[in-house]
Amino acid sequence: MSSAVNTLPMPENVGESYLTKGKGVMSWLLTKDHKRIALLYLLSITFMSLLGGFFAALIRLELITPGGDLLSAESYNKTFTMHGVIMVFFILIPATPAVLGNFLMPIMIGARDLALPRINLLSWYIYVLGAAFTLFSMLSGGVDTGWTFYTPYSSTYANSAVITAALGAFISGFSSILTGLNFIVTVHKMRAPGMTWFRLPLFVWAHYATALVQILGTPVVAMTILLVALERLFGFSFFNPNTGGDPILFQHMFWFYSHPAVYIMILPAMGVISELVTCFSRKKVFGYSFIAMSSVSIAVIGFIIWGHHMYVSGQSVYAGMVFSILTFIVAIPSAVKVFNWTATLYKGSISYDAPMLYAFGFFGLFLIGGLTGLFCANVAVDLHIHDTYFIVAHFHYIMVGGAIMGYLGGLHFWWPKITGRTYPELAGRISAIFVFLGFNLTFFPQFLLGYLGMPRRYHAYPEEFQILNMMSSAGASVLAIGYTLPMIYFVWSLFAGPKASANPWGAKGLEWTIPSPPPLENFTEIPIVTEEAYAYAPEEAEEHEVKHHV
Amino acid sequence: MSSQVLDHSAAHPANPNFQHQFEDLNQQYASTTFGMWVFLVQEILFFGALFCAYAIYRATYPEAYAAASHHLDVTLGTFNTVVLIGSSLTMALAVRCAQLGRNKGVLGYLFTTFMLGNVFLGVKVVEYSDKFKHHLVPGANFYMGGPYNEQAQIYFSMYFAMTGMHALHMIIGAGLLIFFMWKAYNNTYSTEYYGPIEIMGLYWHFVDIVWIFLFPMLYLIA
Repeated sequence: MSSAVNTLPMPENVGESYLTKGKGVMSWLLTKDHKRIALLYLLSITFMSLLGGFFAALIRLELITPGGDLLSAESYNKTFTMHGVIMVFFILIPATPAVLGNFLMPIMIGARDLALPRINLLSWYIYVLGAAFTLFSMLSGGVDTGWTFYTPYSSTYANSAVITAALGAFISGFSSILTGLNFIVTVHKMRAPGMTWFRLPLFVWAHYATALVQILGTPVVAMTILLVALERLFGFSFFNPNTGGDPILFQHMFWFYSHPAVYIMILPAMGVISELVTCFSRKKVFGYSFIAMSSVSIAVIGFIIWGHHMYVSGQSVYAGMVFSILTFIVAIPSAVKVFNWTATLYKGSISYDAPMLYAFGFFGLFLIGGLTGLFCANVAVDLHIHDTYFIVAHFHYIMVGGAIMGYLGGLHFWWPKITGRTYPELAGRISAIFVFLGFNLTFFPQFLLGYLGMPRRYHAYPEEFQILNMMSSAGASVLAIGYTLPMIYFVWSLFAGPKASANPWGAKGLEWTIPSPPPLENFTEIPIVTEEAYAYAPEEAEEHEVKHHV
Repeated sequence: MSSQVLDHSAAHPANPNFQHQFEDLNQQYASTTFGMWVFLVQEILFFGALFCAYAIYRATYPEAYAAASHHLDVTLGTFNTVVLIGSSLTMALAVRCAQLGRNKGVLGYLFTTFMLGNVFLGVKVVEYSDKFKHHLVPGANFYMGGPYNEQAQIYFSMYFAMTGMHALHMIIGAGLLIFFMWKAYNNTYSTEYYGPIEIMGLYWHFVDIVWIFLFPMLYLIA
């Protein structure tokens, strides 16, 4: 395995790197180092995404033809449920915070580690336990309730492994809570001298806002799921109409978390995008404090708009109107971000490296996802498109087009820092383009399908929808190529990629001042911060330009 | 390079409980205590979901709640409230002892707290078994009688979920108390390192406060 590169004389930092200090499996499984825990998360999240992707592939295969040829209605229900549960609870929610946030947050604020390293390791073990429960439910017959576990179906009528799947989601919630708790404490108490709140990188602000949602939302859904489990296991009555209970209450309590959960997915990705846009346009970010505060206001407003999931569930029209107005309001801070990123690009010295291509992809997809969100927020329009493929397309544009593009862009951007190796740039650009095109081909036809009236969650459909569904399935295979490529060349780069310098992108930020990969405690001496975030000077921009074109 | 690393660790306080990621013990104390406060915020929302469901159903079925509430033993509930408040007092005294570095005092007061916690849980066992005997556990065998037989199931579901979740927190707290008794027995705490006992105290008082809300909401509605 070891090529000539590995035996070359090493720079002086080698031997101290967090990757080489401590050998053997146990040094990883018992590590308290935030960087190693981030890599543990990276591995487990990648594994889960292969599973979630497998179920997505089954769904798209089934929907190539109008008849229910491949999967029975029952197994189709189980397939999309497992796809949803795995993708939401085990990939989208933890991906960016637990991998990139875990790795970068302490370094970005000039700390040796997160404030509570043992809690950090515990959160990973809890994640694994939750994943084990979910996999067990999959092997013991699967779940068919949909990832939302709506009562009374989940509590009374479903004949599938609801308990273990729900407990898997319940347990993984605590992993998310502990990550959020750690981030809040770390930002409050571990900042280096001179690292004031308004010098924090926007990545840190985004993660701080995310952590607030994790702390305030997750416990509510945890309790709600627990009540469903009690109802199903012991015949307790919380949401059971036979004793006067209200199934709608479950939906309120579920969406009180599960709507803000969308912001757990998208906010960290937005933080990544702020870093990418400034670095690759060589400019100070436009309106720093507006972007920082828009993260916080998204987190806050996100808590009072959950009712837009329930326009047709039997909540009053008046409540629907209020939730509709509030939902329109959350579009404002999201738009602030997009406008400010665009303004940052203006007259910037833009380079089109792979991370930036992902950022551009994010703009396009998030824009479509966000604007169609306004359609859905409108009660009158939603009555028509509710529970159709329009909704499916909308939330995939946000949750996959937004969150996963940000995650992948960040992974490319910080890969040299994380591993000390450089990935092949051309392959990176190709994969970014594949993901963007494949994604649009997969999900744009679904907007049309939904608008034409194709409902979600059926394994068969009328024949006139076949062309659009075939386009969508074809797009899914392009998308799969786009997602598989990075897995291949990232692994390749670990063994044969050229060594990365401390700051390969010429970026600002404390993480680029230390060696790649970083030493065990990040900084041999805690830095003193004297400048604002993103202090890209115009002269440097020109130098970079020259270097790039030579 | 390695000498610098040595220098860096030499600059750290000598206390064996000091953790490497912090600058000094003050930062460690401030961070860990703050961490517990954030955890308690999370706990408030965890119980908050239950309180919310409780309030909604109580507003919907006030008569059923009142009728079902009569089946609880107010005397035992009051006794338990007194026991729990007493345990908060001994917990507070343990924190004071830790701040003064008196490990024996910490051990003694934690043990008293632990015993009072067990008394509380013991009474809870008596109350629960009483509910089982009288068919007041929700489910197929539930029978309260009277006009609110169905809706009373919601009340008793809330009763078991809320007090059960509270008792689970007590049991976890009791386990933590054993751990900290062992630490105090090994003379861990001093005037410069007493944070963990204070954090334990925060947790214990929180669990106590939850009961202060549960007691009137479940036992004292007429």
